[in-house]
Amino acid sequence: MLTEHAKIMKAFMAAGEIVGRKKLQKMIYIAKKLQFPFYEKFDFHFYGPYSEELTWRIEELCNLGFLNEVKEKKGGYVQYRYTLTEAGEQFLSHYDIELPHLQDCLQDMNGQHSRFLELVSTVLYFEHLSKEEVKEKVFSLKSKQRYTEEEFEEAYAYIDKLRGYVHSRS
Amino acid sequence: MAYPGGQLSEEKVFKDPVHRYIHVRDKIIWDLIGTKEFQRLRRIKQLGTTYLTFHGAEHSRFNHSLGVYEIIRRIIDDVFVGREHWDHSERLLCLCAALLHDLGHGPFSHSFEKVFHLDHENFTQAIILEDTEVNAVLRRMGNDFPKKVAEVIAKTYQNKLVVSLISSQIDADRMDYLLRDAYYTGVSYGNFDMERILRVMRPREDQVVIKRSGMHAVEDYIMSRYQMYWQVYFHPVTRSAEVILTKILHRAKKLYESGYTFQTKPVHFYSLFVGNVNLQDYLKLDEAVILYYFQQWQEEKDEILRDLCSRFVHRRLFKYVEFSPTNEQMKKLMELTLLFKKAGIDPEYYLVVDSSSDLPYDFYRPGEEGERLPIYLLMPNGELRELSRESVLVDAISGKRRTDHKLYFPDDFLYDFSTKRATKKKIMEILEG
Repeated sequence: MLTEHAKIMKAFMAAGEIVGRKKLQKMIYIAKKLQFPFYEKFDFHFYGPYSEELTWRIEELCNLGFLNEVKEKKGGYVQYRYTLTEAGEQFLSHYDIELPHLQDCLQDMNGQHSRFLELVSTVLYFEHLSKEEVKEKVFSLKSKQRYTEEEFEEAYAYIDKLRGYVHSRS
Repeated sequence: MAYPGGQLSEEKVFKDPVHRYIHVRDKIIWDLIGTKEFQRLRRIKQLGTTYLTFHGAEHSRFNHSLGVYEIIRRIIDDVFVGREHWDHSERLLCLCAALLHDLGHGPFSHSFEKVFHLDHENFTQAIILEDTEVNAVLRRMGNDFPKKVAEVIAKTYQNKLVVSLISSQIDADRMDYLLRDAYYTGVSYGNFDMERILRVMRPREDQVVIKRSGMHAVEDYIMSRYQMYWQVYFHPVTRSAEVILTKILHRAKKLYESGYTFQTKPVHFYSLFVGNVNLQDYLKLDEAVILYYFQQWQEEKDEILRDLCSRFVHRRLFKYVEFSPTNEQMKKLMELTLLFKKAGIDPEYYLVVDSSSDLPYDFYRPGEEGERLPIYLLMPNGELRELSRESVLVDAISGKRRTDHKLYFPDDFLYDFSTKRATKKKIMEILEG
């Protein structure tokens, strides 16, 4: 019961503070693509894979006092910071959720820029296509981000690195 | 490239209670409607278990798909044609994507997706791209045409204006389902002036915008959406049916995994149970098939499966109380879980928290860090203004969240005091607060 809520809180416990909704969305999506059992549904939006369901879940957890949300004005937009509260930790204690290596993956992702995670998540979204087709997709759908060939290659290397954490599970 | 046969010699029409008529002139649309994958949508209800609450809600995804097609056809042929930013060579692509956008929906999609971790959108893509009648029709337009249609539906097509017609905060999909669901459920709050909205839509480079003079019609549409979500889509009785349906699927899967011998073998479910569903298996599923199993499983030896199926078939639904997952309430839930076990009622199937956010949702809110494209008004001076900055009404409901959790349980079991009387009394005391 409410296991999906608890898993999201577990992600916060593993990652520590997460700054920015875009970053949060991409981190959970990437974790899902790494086969961690997050079942929020994602589809392709303006900044790549995005889950309405995840947005709602986060808002709900904030309303319940399990997550703390701090709004900061940043020039032309608002940035959000999220941390797990004490009440959230207490709630989580009702659950026995083991997600080996989630912490390694999420902490690593948390250290990356959201722009890069947007690229990584977009590459993963199209991973069923050939590398050339993925590149074409990234450069056409993300033309405003002006990603370079070098960043594109880095994204692939980064995915391998994350998969390395997961595979060390066995 | 043109479709062989181009246009039909005479326009075909389908009588429709929402749009009066659905007009088909293009042969490709006529051929797509005739495919077996599209005809399958007749056997899948648009609103799943809602018919158990609003008895009129028996309409299918077939009706809705035709409705979305008709709205797009009107926008393109009556409003966009000849306007700047509109590339008329995209017309057939838009019409096909509109018609096929829900093609991958299965029976009772919400519950099936939740239990078996499926995504109907993946099946939509597969039906369009793999070896199907739909794919064969689309390929007559050119080998890359199915891929383009799939991309529009997946929102990854390069022309964002085309994508926004089918999927945005004010799109043909939502306009049709609000009007259609309001009509069939019989509620009055889903109605808005769609004709007016269509007349004031204008194409822009990346999306559809609305002329400022049409703002009040859009306000009405947004309020309709809000009302429909809370009055119809999140109705607690519908959710009760959904909870039971979900639990039937869980139980059947669990029994299969434990090696239980079913009297009625769940052959249509095997690939779902093992998490390896191919397209051909998926296309065999429809509501008639699922309801057949539920009917049959009322005779199973397993008490839980038998009971849950009987509840669903005969509409003996669970009752509910409000539940807020605070730490205090969570403690009560733990206590109830133990008491249910003591009373011999398995809490895994008979004590269920359901959150409305697990159901379809998308009432209006402006973009957050740009993730959701807001609705823009085209001002008389040619500027674009985000809707909630102009509309007091929309501003008032933007970003205002309502979440709803309910705790579902079978009150008939609990009021049966022939066994475990004291425990059941204690349970009722807690539930009734």
